[in-house]
Amino acid sequence: MTVQPAIPRPATAQSRPQPTARPAPLIGSDDIPYLPRGVRLADDRVRGIRVLQAPERALQLDPIGDAILSELDGNRSMAAIVSDLAARYHAPRDQIAGDVRDFLTGLIERRMVFLRKQP
Amino acid sequence: MKDQPVSPQPRDIDGNPVTPGLPMAMLAEITHRCPLACPYCSNPLELVRAQGEMPAEDWARVFRQAADLGVLQVHVSGGEPGVRRDLAQIVEAARDAGLYVNLITSGIGITRERLEELDRAGVDHVQLSLQGIRPDMADRISGHPGSWDKKMGFAAWVAEIGFPLTINAVVHRQNMERLPDMIDLAETLGARRIEVATVQFHGWADLNRKALMPTREQAAFARAVVNESRLRLRGRMVIDYVPADHHAIYPKACMGGWGSTGLNVSPDGTVLPCHAAPSIKWMRFENVRERSLSDIWHLSESFNAFRGTEWMPEPCRSCERKTVDFGGCRCQAMALAGDARATDPVCSKSPLHAGLVAQAEEDATGDTAEFIYRRIRK
Repeated sequence: MTVQPAIPRPATAQSRPQPTARPAPLIGSDDIPYLPRGVRLADDRVRGIRVLQAPERALQLDPIGDAILSELDGNRSMAAIVSDLAARYHAPRDQIAGDVRDFLTGLIERRMVFLRKQP
Repeated sequence: MKDQPVSPQPRDIDGNPVTPGLPMAMLAEITHRCPLACPYCSNPLELVRAQGEMPAEDWARVFRQAADLGVLQVHVSGGEPGVRRDLAQIVEAARDAGLYVNLITSGIGITRERLEELDRAGVDHVQLSLQGIRPDMADRISGHPGSWDKKMGFAAWVAEIGFPLTINAVVHRQNMERLPDMIDLAETLGARRIEVATVQFHGWADLNRKALMPTREQAAFARAVVNESRLRLRGRMVIDYVPADHHAIYPKACMGGWGSTGLNVSPDGTVLPCHAAPSIKWMRFENVRERSLSDIWHLSESFNAFRGTEWMPEPCRSCERKTVDFGGCRCQAMALAGDARATDPVCSKSPLHAGLVAQAEEDATGDTAEFIYRRIRK
């Protein structure tokens, strides 16, 4: 869902795909995903798109990615977010859960989304 | 700024029509002054002096023009940006223009109070340079006694205030063995990201080739350390890696392609397609104090010179990778082949490649005792 990769710099350091030996971070349904400091949603008024601004990276978001990230209010759990999205888009809950999990897992691995455990 | 009735067709160095895209990122080198004297500094050999620096209000105008042009992020850098007393004002202007602000700093000379001021001004992210591990190594490479202790203090303030942190570790023959320690340190400091960048041999680093060129074994070691650390740190810290290109098969797509997505503004307002571009002596660069950033981006000879692929000679012209790495680095082609249009000699398809590799191997056995430190020439 994110396509536009790196902010280029001289002889740019490109993030390569992470090797898969260590398991991906698991997101529990009670976990609260949130955008940490230094990561924010923004309008790219020149290109007419939505972007995720992060340290030395700007990712182009499609409407689905934008919708998911717009749900991260720092209060609601994964389960609540998935329920709300499923209701709003009239889509099967399992399908939404899988999409959200895959999307957020990628961003967690890039340190652009953090997880907080339920108090 | 006068409206021009007809925009001329942008053309590359050979007169072929080109279509400029839009820049995403701008490097704002607000000063060349720096307390450090790293022998691989990316600033040009001819440094801009304090009296030549653009005032904050000029930077504010440049940031507005950059945002209008499509730039999303600015890297506020130097030299050491903290040398400028109006740094917070410059940062605030960049945020007011709608830009995401990365502060690229050595951590030297910015007090805790000033860092809090920069927080209020809107710095989004801090990138801190690392020259080595422990005082002896870090202070010798940076040419600044006490740099290590100051950096560690600065990193603690960054964490306390809560800025996201990237560690930028420049590696070369004299510190590559300590790469695992640098990665560990970055993790200890709470960095979300570490950029492991092998020295690029332009400008000052080129003067210090014999002291800095990594051996083939070191390059392989660094690669292995990065691969292992990525596995181990997955989800905890991101590792970006610029490998030793003299030991590579293909060149890097420097700047993601000339004039394609990024631009640099020098302390005096000169606008460059890449920070090393002044090494192309025959090229004329324009100044944002005299022409708008948009005009320079879209219409200047320097930015259009190597856009697209039509200007490429062989072996790039018929290479399937020409839209992947764009023939490599123009400045490296200038330095090593004597021709900015040539295939970057680090490419294995370049006729100069074998000689380059042999030279790198020889340089890697060079005398490591003496650096030529970066200094503003008297």
